[in-house]
Amino acid sequence: MTLPSATLLAQSALSGLFVGALYGLIGLGLGLSWGLLRTINLAHFAFTFAAAYLCYQLVSSTGIDPLLTLVVIAPLFFALGCALHWLVQRFEVTPLNSLLVTFGVTAIIEAGIQAIWSADFRRLESHYAQAKFKLGALFVPVPELITLGVALALSFAIWALLKHTDLGKALRAAALDAPIAAAFGVNQRVLALLLAGTCAALAAVAGVCLSLSFTLAPSQIYAWVGVVFAAVMMGGLGSALGPLVAGIVIGVSEALTMAVTAPSWAPIVSFTLLIALLLVRPEKA
Amino acid sequence: MNRRVVIALLAGGALLALVPWLHLPAFYESILYLVLHWVLLATSWNILSGYSGYFSFGHGAFFGAGVYTTAVLAGKFDWPFLATLPAAAAVATGLGVALGAVVFRVRAVRGELFALLTLAVTFVLATIVLNTPIDGGPGIYLSAVPVPALAPTQPGTFYLLALAGAVGSLLIAYTVQRSRLGVGLFAIHDDEDAAEVMGVPTYRYKLAALAISCALAGVAGGVHALFISYVTTGEVFSITVPLTVILMSVLGGTRHWAGPAVGATLITALLYAFTKGDLALAGKATTGAVLIAAILFMPQGIVPRLLKRRAAAPAAAKPPPVAIAPMSAPALALKGDTLLRATALTKSFFGVQALAGVDIEVRRGEILGLIGPNGSGKSTFINVVSGHYPATSGGIAFEGREIARLAAHRIAHAGIARTYQVPRPFAHLSVRDNVAAAAMFGGASLSASRARAEADHWLAFTGLADKADVLPDALNLHQRKFLELARALASRPRLVLLDEVLCGLNPAEIDDAVALIRRIRDAGTTVVFVEHVMRAVTALSDRLVVLNHGQLLAEGAAADVMQRRDVVAAYLGTAHAAEGH
Repeated sequence: MTLPSATLLAQSALSGLFVGALYGLIGLGLGLSWGLLRTINLAHFAFTFAAAYLCYQLVSSTGIDPLLTLVVIAPLFFALGCALHWLVQRFEVTPLNSLLVTFGVTAIIEAGIQAIWSADFRRLESHYAQAKFKLGALFVPVPELITLGVALALSFAIWALLKHTDLGKALRAAALDAPIAAAFGVNQRVLALLLAGTCAALAAVAGVCLSLSFTLAPSQIYAWVGVVFAAVMMGGLGSALGPLVAGIVIGVSEALTMAVTAPSWAPIVSFTLLIALLLVRPEKA
Repeated sequence: MNRRVVIALLAGGALLALVPWLHLPAFYESILYLVLHWVLLATSWNILSGYSGYFSFGHGAFFGAGVYTTAVLAGKFDWPFLATLPAAAAVATGLGVALGAVVFRVRAVRGELFALLTLAVTFVLATIVLNTPIDGGPGIYLSAVPVPALAPTQPGTFYLLALAGAVGSLLIAYTVQRSRLGVGLFAIHDDEDAAEVMGVPTYRYKLAALAISCALAGVAGGVHALFISYVTTGEVFSITVPLTVILMSVLGGTRHWAGPAVGATLITALLYAFTKGDLALAGKATTGAVLIAAILFMPQGIVPRLLKRRAAAPAAAKPPPVAIAPMSAPALALKGDTLLRATALTKSFFGVQALAGVDIEVRRGEILGLIGPNGSGKSTFINVVSGHYPATSGGIAFEGREIARLAAHRIAHAGIARTYQVPRPFAHLSVRDNVAAAAMFGGASLSASRARAEADHWLAFTGLADKADVLPDALNLHQRKFLELARALASRPRLVLLDEVLCGLNPAEIDDAVALIRRIRDAGTTVVFVEHVMRAVTALSDRLVVLNHGQLLAEGAAADVMQRRDVVAAYLGTAHAAEGH
């Protein structure tokens, strides 16, 4: 095994950083829902892909800027997230059962996507697709840079919201002990609906970012499940910054593994990290 | 064990074994194969995950281990196909036991964490198989492997193999559910810590259930390898396998041995009802909708739901059975000598010393009151003696035997039982089964049928006889406390530790409980009780031990100890102590 050149390694690390930011961005809403709502929302991945397909459709048929589609897509998914959580609340679904219910939702959305856009790969054609610039010896692709920026901005915004506003404190209190929080005047049900909507809207943002740089296929929904769950668990449930940090750690270590060995070895990094973390410090997760 | 169920299963299996000779179109044999294949896989998953509540998302790994064992041995080393099946079971079991031996030692890896961990193991295993000569990337072709002629056609052979697997797995699932292992797993499902303290060897039981589950999944994988005749890591280790078996089991009902089989049949039939024409997508969406509806409207599953409806009708006519088994009075000859001796016992939690070197002696046949202000270490003492927490240092000798380093279930076997301050009944077991489980797993180690008789005796003793068939949820606090007592007593302990049984009861209920505790001692059981209700403490205690800040403050006859100035000071503050004397 020969070690690749420094430039190649640096370029790998950079692409790892970018893909890690996307892991973090998808994981953000997933972890908030799991940690603060006790809903393990597998449908989060289906929402992400549905949003990506919608963005693809809107851009292909109208030719508008992909990022502008969020004006339509984000509120739509906010409503969808609220509706799903209303169902979870109405039937008092337990965390483990929420995983199964949302798997059902995922199957329906996957079938819907396949019915509308077929099982073939689709790729968003926009002016972002080929945009890149050179920074020293490294190529920086613009869509990935946008994803990183969005992930950073949203993660920090939500971190600040949870940490410093009354709304955030009420959310965290309700997650720790809903009945007591309710006794202190927190309208837990409405807050939970709003948060579930926000998580779905975050999934939509992640989906638009995904469509900028990845090809889409219905079966790809499941390809992201394992690694994003790993990022969420490592980053800490309900944490706003954790998934991004953990996602970048995973992304970079995967990319370096691929550069040094073979691409097919990549999954072993994230999952070995996850297993080790679960066994050594399960109370942190 | 109900012989009729076993006979019905075997007879049904024998009848279904005739299908290949009906010369149906091969298409039907393949569909029936798939139904039975999923029955086997879902049932195997349920033996660990359904019964014990440890939802595994790693069933794909164990199934995949079986697939690849057969694929490699038959495809690359030319083993005869049938000879690879025991190997497939063995490899899958080895993998599962190795994983379980590590994972089940970590107390906090439960619920969602266990689910994720097993999922992660699947992906790691897939990556290893893909990148090593086991697969190497292109997949393994098995079309050249000869299929043994068990039936007139090849699909018929696969059908017979899957049928044998399905019937075998159902027999095993049924046997497990009716055995001690099954009762122990259900107890683990509801409250693992309470189960361990009651005497269930939780670690060994979980490992045993995982081993059985993996062996069956391995066989299913071995057969399926040849059925699909071309195996790739992408297909074998996908997330579809665990999600499908979970869906099937939850739909059918995870708390019943037949639940997963019912769910598997329905889902497979549903999926294949839609393959005719171009309806696969509608099938997928319908499966999703069925799953959602099943969880929302029947969270317990189809089979328990149907059984409940059937059971509800005739129950009303039957009068409650009143049968009190005669109780053998344990020997009182040794009354007065040391039963339990704690020596220099310490317990610290992250630097806080809850017990700071305590010496306590419990004498056979006495009622020892353990009192002290909040935070003085009383409950910690009970938690350490019962094995709920391991001691940090020091020793505990029970009947001359050192028990401080034993696992909680071994301490229960030695003859110590306890109650919890906040009752911790097994929520999904009836009141009678709660008590019977204690009789099965505690020091008494009774068989299932004798345990039920024993349970009825203690339910009558505690006045809960008419509640025997309800779930603990239907009891009020007073009754739940007495259920705790009945559960502790049913193991026929020589020492019972009562953690604030009177707390939260009204004066009349306290009088009941005080009389009951006296009767427990009169029947020959030594009692240590932690209590704040001073009326009861003085009424009951032969001796008192007072703890303060994790240390022994006073010890002796109740009347003497209560007079001591330092005891009053510890309870009421120094000002009151000065006033009183």
